[in-house]
Amino acid sequence: MCLAVPGRVLDIGERDGTRMATVAFGGVQKEVCLEYLPDLQVGEYAIVHVGFALQRLDEESARQTLELFAQLGMLQEEFGDPWEQAAQAGGGEWPFADAPDAAPDAAPDGAADGVRGHDAVPAVGAAREEGGR
Amino acid sequence: MRYIDEFQDPELARRLLDDIHATVTRPWALMEVCGGQTHTIIRHGIDQLLPERVELIHGPGCPVCVTPLEVIDKALEIASRPNVIFCSFGDMLRVPGTGRDLFQVRSEGGDVRVVYSPLDALRIARQNPARQVVFFGIGFETTAPPNAMTVYQAKKLGIANFSLLVSHVRVPPAIEAIMRSPSCRVQGFLAAGHVCSVMGTGEYPGLAERHRVPIVVTGFEPLDILEGVRRAVHQLERGEHTVDNAYARAVRPEGNPAALAMLEDVFEVTDRAWRGIGIIPDSGWRLSARYREFDAEHRFSVTGIQTREPAECRSGEVLQGLLKPHECEAFGTLCTPRNPLGATMVSSEGACAAYYLYRRLELTPAPQAGTAAPLEASPVV
Ligand code: SF4
Repeated sequence: MCLAVPGRVLDIGERDGTRMATVAFGGVQKEVCLEYLPDLQVGEYAIVHVGFALQRLDEESARQTLELFAQLGMLQEEFGDPWEQAAQAGGGEWPFADAPDAAPDAAPDGAADGVRGHDAVPAVGAAREEGGR
Repeated sequence: MRYIDEFQDPELARRLLDDIHATVTRPWALMEVCGGQTHTIIRHGIDQLLPERVELIHGPGCPVCVTPLEVIDKALEIASRPNVIFCSFGDMLRVPGTGRDLFQVRSEGGDVRVVYSPLDALRIARQNPARQVVFFGIGFETTAPPNAMTVYQAKKLGIANFSLLVSHVRVPPAIEAIMRSPSCRVQGFLAAGHVCSVMGTGEYPGLAERHRVPIVVTGFEPLDILEGVRRAVHQLERGEHTVDNAYARAVRPEGNPAALAMLEDVFEVTDRAWRGIGIIPDSGWRLSARYREFDAEHRFSVTGIQTREPAECRSGEVLQGLLKPHECEAFGTLCTPRNPLGATMVSSEGACAAYYLYRRLELTPAPQAGTAAPLEASPVV
């Protein structure tokens, strides 16, 4: 939870009078609140913690950090299914009758898979090739 | 230099290390405040790459670890109530309270949900107006602003069935407490970069001056840590004690003014108990009077809780840098991530967990033939 991860702003909109953005972290996308960095623009990078953009970051440092986190499996730790992780930590299988109850905003399966291996890295690289901002 | 090839830029790592080795003439003890930094250090063997005379002491900077047992027990009690949806970050699920954890409350039928952001909890509250939605608000200065914003939104939108169980902690008073302790050996600090992204560096010059310690704001990647150590060691060798920012790409001196303004509005500074350490004056936040109606402790009466810490657990000493995790007798035997005695073993940022994940095979004696092997399969990292 303490990990703050750099991400790239894909689009910006309003919800309930709050400035929100879709932000890409490697292969995962999340809804992120921009109230603390109100002038952040599409294409820019920011350090994001528990769904809030907290500080701008230049593209090169963001990309390096994301690649490193992906290699170290830290993106999986941050965005993977927490119930599954907790069950594993306890040495057991999924213990409940119902399906895993991930965060409401959990990325679609394909995207979530992106953080499991090194797949997240090309996604970040691709963002750069598009020309960044 | 066994792990150096794993560094993102091994050449730069080697240059930083050479500089540190060439600079050090005396023994120095530095504390990395943040548990995320502890994990980077142990994972990459940075402590083993540094000169023997540079000791890294692990600090109390893991919010999951320092959340007091009493607060965990209150969370378990509230989460067990029938009309409550209890929302939390995923890394609180296995933190042991007295006798059980949130994971168990869920398997006993409690409606415990994991959210990525506190705003998700607010959305759940809007979708379930007939139920009480409680969010477990733990964390340092990086997590407090998102939680503050969520309470502000709840008030603005009139969402009356939402409340926050607050246990926020602040880093500078913890540094003060560590420096005041008679057994303190710390001569310099690597300050937690993301805390400073929010708070800026304004709280540190007074501390550096008062205790004559260099404070270097440091990031979380292996090269960041080496650079932080390098700058701290240079100051120490020159007899200096200033605040230096080695994480300028994410930390501005003024921090994040919008976040600071929100903290000021929603929270007020209060004394807080730290698990394993005790009460540190002014080291936490609680909801200010204007937002008291959103305080879960006021909304649910959770009194008469009897807490019981396992006697074997020495995480208080670990958190204060007085003991290394593997020096605890329970380490790797009675206490493992599967069966943790203390929060420092279960949290992904805890010092005991870091040693268990990355150092266990070196630290535990090889199992005798014929006895039950205490070693489990190496965890995937
Ligand atoms: S190894 Fe376990 S019992 Fe020992 S201090 Fe760490 S958490 Fe506590």
